[in-house]
Amino acid sequence: MNLDSKTPEGPLAQKWSSHKFNMKLVNPSNRRKYSVIVVGSGLAGGAAAASLAEQGYNVSCFCYQDSPRRAHSIAAQGGINAAKNYQNDGDSVHRLFYDTVKGGDYRAREANVYRLAEVSSGIIDQCVASGVPFAREYGGLLDNRSFGGAQVSRTFYARGQTGQQLLLGAYSALSKQIGLGKVKMYNRHEMLDLVKVDGHAKGIIVRNMVTGEVARHAADCVVLATGGYGNVFFLSTNAQGCNVTAAYRAHKRGAGFANPCYTQIHPTCIPVHGDKQSKLTLMSESLRNDGRIWAPKDPAVAAKIRKGEINGNQVAEEERDYFLERKYPSFGNLAPRDISSRAAKEVCDAGRGVATTGLGVYLDFRDAIARDGQNTIKERYGNLFDMYKCITGDNPYETPMMIFPAVHYTMGGLWVDYNLESTIPGMFVGGEANFSDHGANRLGASALMQGLSDGYFVLPYTVGNYLGEQGVAAAGQVTTEHPAFAEVEADVQARIDKFMSIKGTESPRSFHKRLGHIIWENCGMARSKEGLEGAIKELQALRKEFWSNLRVVGDADGINPELERAGRVADFIEFGELMCRDALMREESCGGHFRIEHQTADGEALRDDENFTFAGVWEYKGDEVEPQLHKETLVYENVKLATRSYK
Amino acid sequence: MNLTLKVWRQKSANSKGNFETYKIDGVSEDSSFLEMLDILSEDLVSEGKEPVAFDHDCREGICGSCSMTINGLPHGPEKATTACQLHMRHFHDGQTITIEPWRAKPFPVMKDLIVDRTPLDRIIQSGGFISARTGSAVDANAMPIAKGIADYAMDAAACIGCGACVAACPNASAMLFTGAKVAHMNSLPQGKPEKDRRVLAMVTTMDGEGFGGCTNVGECEAACPKSISLDMIAHLNRDYATAQVKNFFKPVA
Repeated sequence: MNLDSKTPEGPLAQKWSSHKFNMKLVNPSNRRKYSVIVVGSGLAGGAAAASLAEQGYNVSCFCYQDSPRRAHSIAAQGGINAAKNYQNDGDSVHRLFYDTVKGGDYRAREANVYRLAEVSSGIIDQCVASGVPFAREYGGLLDNRSFGGAQVSRTFYARGQTGQQLLLGAYSALSKQIGLGKVKMYNRHEMLDLVKVDGHAKGIIVRNMVTGEVARHAADCVVLATGGYGNVFFLSTNAQGCNVTAAYRAHKRGAGFANPCYTQIHPTCIPVHGDKQSKLTLMSESLRNDGRIWAPKDPAVAAKIRKGEINGNQVAEEERDYFLERKYPSFGNLAPRDISSRAAKEVCDAGRGVATTGLGVYLDFRDAIARDGQNTIKERYGNLFDMYKCITGDNPYETPMMIFPAVHYTMGGLWVDYNLESTIPGMFVGGEANFSDHGANRLGASALMQGLSDGYFVLPYTVGNYLGEQGVAAAGQVTTEHPAFAEVEADVQARIDKFMSIKGTESPRSFHKRLGHIIWENCGMARSKEGLEGAIKELQALRKEFWSNLRVVGDADGINPELERAGRVADFIEFGELMCRDALMREESCGGHFRIEHQTADGEALRDDENFTFAGVWEYKGDEVEPQLHKETLVYENVKLATRSYK
Repeated sequence: MNLTLKVWRQKSANSKGNFETYKIDGVSEDSSFLEMLDILSEDLVSEGKEPVAFDHDCREGICGSCSMTINGLPHGPEKATTACQLHMRHFHDGQTITIEPWRAKPFPVMKDLIVDRTPLDRIIQSGGFISARTGSAVDANAMPIAKGIADYAMDAAACIGCGACVAACPNASAMLFTGAKVAHMNSLPQGKPEKDRRVLAMVTTMDGEGFGGCTNVGECEAACPKSISLDMIAHLNRDYATAQVKNFFKPVA
């Protein structure tokens, strides 16, 4: 497996501009001869599809939702980072770059992160130009807020609906191109496999989720922007439909999968209420700007709260442990996500958790309301408070919120080079689906930034470069009549037939729940050799059971949510095993990956830079064969590796 | 809680549908409405029957996928709440709940509670955008926008495109949806250059898709999970009238 990152030569700050100059261009009148498939219509996919169509390429865009406007980017609440330094507080491209590399616990590729910081400013300009109603000050200029892992205010936001507004911006640009006929949009279509011709990605096989028809689509290259794999945990903050299938199918066709064990557990989610729950809800991290996180010092007091004998307001100041402020005085409640989540877990493990399950800590606005007034707090977080009240029935203006960590984002993904091209030539990967920018931990408000960076500013250049390299004579030469399409289509059809024919007794949802339990227990916030080895065995057994006892009701030739879930769960089970293998291989703790064998005396993550400063990239070798590990060594020329300290 | 559900079942777009009655036991008050439907689905699957098909995705009230009429009200009885954010504590033990798909001619039923809402996408495709070619933008602070205008645009832009306004309207009008998008874009300075052609194109498409006109009933605002105000329809009418007058003298598009 060739893991040449193709990072351009030259000083960090000049790499992207010199690379842009060196890339091949395609003559405007030749662009209409090429076609591009974009799978996914979130920030990365939607922005890439719109931008490529604007340039003149013929784009086909696919999404599983009923409209491209519903992609899960929409659910991001808090904001988007950019190195604008509008607050005159010392921000710069280099600082955003540095914060992101440090926040990722020194496991991201320097050059990619620098480019992300470099284009961040242009993203805000682009969004404002397309009508995104960011929050503004009375003077009419854009407002900013702070986010975890940074000491400057560089986060732009649109109330608590930033993701929605950014997505609507990309969606409206996409819609314009659909209206013009430059993008052909396929709603309610799910990609089920990738087709390669002579080693290059040349098409996909999709299932029309309305008619059940399995169809071939060919193009000159393929862009995957299919999101993350957080739903491997069953319970996560991801949308119900988020899945790993497109990425995992591409992996099985030869794309390297990097760092699958890097998953992010977000500290501020609403605690679990029962075993029939299908979804966890995130409360924006921006709440940590004003909310103070605490738990009772005394487990006996916590026990009383759990039983409902007293509530949080009745706990005296000296009885409270503001544990983030105590442990990390300089970042306090704005410590990065991985650190905050683990701190909450420690508190709950020590029997000091609140909520009926004991799995919760307080996020308290009492002091902020006393200081700034209820109206100010309402202005800042009103919709989040309403959402909390709607879900829990409690009023956070009166009683402190309860929060607990939940799976939220996955930093791992398909390996890509500097051009965002995977190990399969002609297959590009953008957004959460790739592994490129966040290392072992993502900072708040950086996912939106990365999605739009890939979609607006990177893929439109690098895809054009690939097409230019292929030459105009090659444009449109591969059609769906090529035998490779028939072969892959037959595989897809056989798999669907298999799901329908097992006729066992257990539903896809039930298997999904069992899978989630295994992964959460063994590959969640704390991981151990013993647990991971056990999990791999359990997952192999679960996979066997799945393929012999699955029950899919209904028919394959129409809308069938059970069949859709069966396909996704089948891939999640295999993928879960890969995650555990990766976590087992990585004998260190870094970012979201915490191995209990590797921690400092006071319980902080202990990295092993000497042996693990690499991206772990897995090559698929066969269903019953162990995958092969390849390493992309990470070279740090501009940042000095240090123990990440937020104290 | 134990509940009786009367659910609309329809195999496909072309088949005839009917209500089926189901009993469901042991639902937690803390469950969301869709989690309650998940439980029903698992019960049905265990009996070898097809679960109820419904659109849903984020379950955070923001993607706009969920679309069901609960006891006659789109998204159910709670104000400013999507079906996915509706919790069972708002119902009582022993209650009978009727669940139907959106009912509107432009939204044909595809299966059970799933309807086709692509007409809303087509309204956007015809003009619901501000043309800003990627990479062509000036500095974001080059054009200050008064906070009041930005806030108003944000109020309008909060629309999640679920279509509850259409389902609630006796005329199946999409004017709240269209008005919100027009108000968002036409009120911002960036959106001014395309203001007139935008509103004309969107209204033409809206009418062409078979949505009815507004007769000021106000059901749309009451049903809207994001509390989009009827003022947006006034804004739409105002901009539409202005554009028509201008268009009379000199074509704007």
